[in-house]
Amino acid sequence: MGMTMTQKILARSAGLPQVEAGQLIEGKLDLVLGNDITTPVAITEFKKAELSAVFDRDKIAIVLDHSTPCKDIKSAQLCAACREFAKEHAITHFYDVGQMGIEHALLPEKGLTAPGEVIIGADSHTCTYGALGAFSTGVGSTDMAAGMATGLAWFKVPSAIKVTLTGRLGPYVSGKDVILHLIGMIGVDGALYQSLEFAGEGVAALEMDDRFTICNMAIEAGAKNGIFPVDGKTLDYLKGRVNRDFTAFEADPDAQYTKEVAIDLSTLRPTVAFPHLPSNTKTVDEAAGKAIQQVVIGSCTNGRLKDLREAAAILRGRKVAPGVRCIVIPATQQIYLDAMAEGLVADFIQAGAVVSTPTCGPCLGGHMGVLADNEWAISTTNRNFVGRMGPTSSMIILASPAVAAASAVAGAVTDPASL
Amino acid sequence: MKIYKYGDNVDTDVIIPARYLNAPDEKSLAAHCMEDIDAGFASAVEAGDIMVGGSNFGCGSSREHAPLAIKACGVKCVIAKSFARIFYRNAINIGFPILECPEAVDGISAGDSVSVDFERGVITNETTGAKFQAAPFPEFVTGIMNHGGLLKALKARGMAK
Repeated sequence: MGMTMTQKILARSAGLPQVEAGQLIEGKLDLVLGNDITTPVAITEFKKAELSAVFDRDKIAIVLDHSTPCKDIKSAQLCAACREFAKEHAITHFYDVGQMGIEHALLPEKGLTAPGEVIIGADSHTCTYGALGAFSTGVGSTDMAAGMATGLAWFKVPSAIKVTLTGRLGPYVSGKDVILHLIGMIGVDGALYQSLEFAGEGVAALEMDDRFTICNMAIEAGAKNGIFPVDGKTLDYLKGRVNRDFTAFEADPDAQYTKEVAIDLSTLRPTVAFPHLPSNTKTVDEAAGKAIQQVVIGSCTNGRLKDLREAAAILRGRKVAPGVRCIVIPATQQIYLDAMAEGLVADFIQAGAVVSTPTCGPCLGGHMGVLADNEWAISTTNRNFVGRMGPTSSMIILASPAVAAASAVAGAVTDPASL
Repeated sequence: MKIYKYGDNVDTDVIIPARYLNAPDEKSLAAHCMEDIDAGFASAVEAGDIMVGGSNFGCGSSREHAPLAIKACGVKCVIAKSFARIFYRNAINIGFPILECPEAVDGISAGDSVSVDFERGVITNETTGAKFQAAPFPEFVTGIMNHGGLLKALKARGMAK
């Protein structure tokens, strides 16, 4: 029986010729990731189990990105625990303030993720690296501890939904609109326990940054992972970043899918998600006019260079509306440098936005942009749950960088094409 | 014992809000569990109580703090129509019992008395007399649960040093 891309990768990691959906396997890991919120719990478990050694200090990445630069004493203590552990075990890929970026933008940029690899991360958006044809999935802290100690993780082999993309995106439409549209179609548990496997001639026209955004939010449909085929754009991205051998897997022609979904990219409108679920989608036309007080442009979902370019193209020569706070967060130091070199940072500041050092900060209501009671934000982040960015009465609309930037200018949800 | 029943898509942000993740000890997590959807929960819950949820329970963030918080409150188990996959594996990995059983969720109301036979996966509503069979765990998963969590199971197999 044919296998999906994900199944082929998992079969190899388990040393098996064939796996099928539902089968439990133990797979060898190419990378184990944690951040400053999840790693301390993993360290506690690691110590509690009296483990003494990590399986491979080159295959663990610890990124201090969530509450950093530290927002309070308790967060600082957690970062200190990560620092101490990284030093004790001589962790090669430890990223502290100054080198760190938002983990899911940073790891691909540093060449730590490659096609065909198996990656677990104690962060739900670890599914991002499927954009490169890797199997990557979010796990918890105990899985991280076990992965660090053994280089192994248990998986239930997922079945898959095939998402066939055709056509090309229109102006002001990006990867964020694709994934919000898809989540709106299938629901927040529409892909529960399954892979979302993207295919079709529409893939070729999607930039890597759009593919990262799409795979990043696979979890918001409940998926175990999202994955794209490897093509020329993927190989171009990997050039100069990944020097080790890797395998680009392809789904078998007779691979089994539980469901097939087709999206004609040329028909998509800019799409937003209203509180309190990412599946509560509307087109920008339906949502236009809803007043907002804060705009966040950044995160592991939309803090990459293409995202900043799209936001800057709208803010350039315009002003953020009075009464609106616009916060721009480049996801990594390199993206920050590139944005400066291209003049994007100046565009943002001249428009009246603030530009922050890389951090997950406001996405999870941590710092750098927490909301007050009854405030509405439009945000390029990934979750609009109750209380996610502030008190339970605060509201989040999820959107693309272009729509968020246009809304910053107008002070209300706005179609970028209408400015 | 008491039943705490919630709807669909209970996310880990409401189980334990991110503002409390800077103090991941059991006592602090328990003190703020469910705060954003059920402000009275943490002070009212008692050891042996059962939480019941709809579909996609535990969706969102991978924070293991979520099942840890529920466990630290003394909750005996969570019964839901379905679990989000990271919450599902986190609960197993920390040895916290969860049961997937849509019929039981529909057949249990707040105020009912419920007993659970974990070995056979049988949930009994003592108030109505109805019995429900939860989806059984695969043997591999039962092994993890019987050892009290993933790391203990790996140690027992000599896999982790």
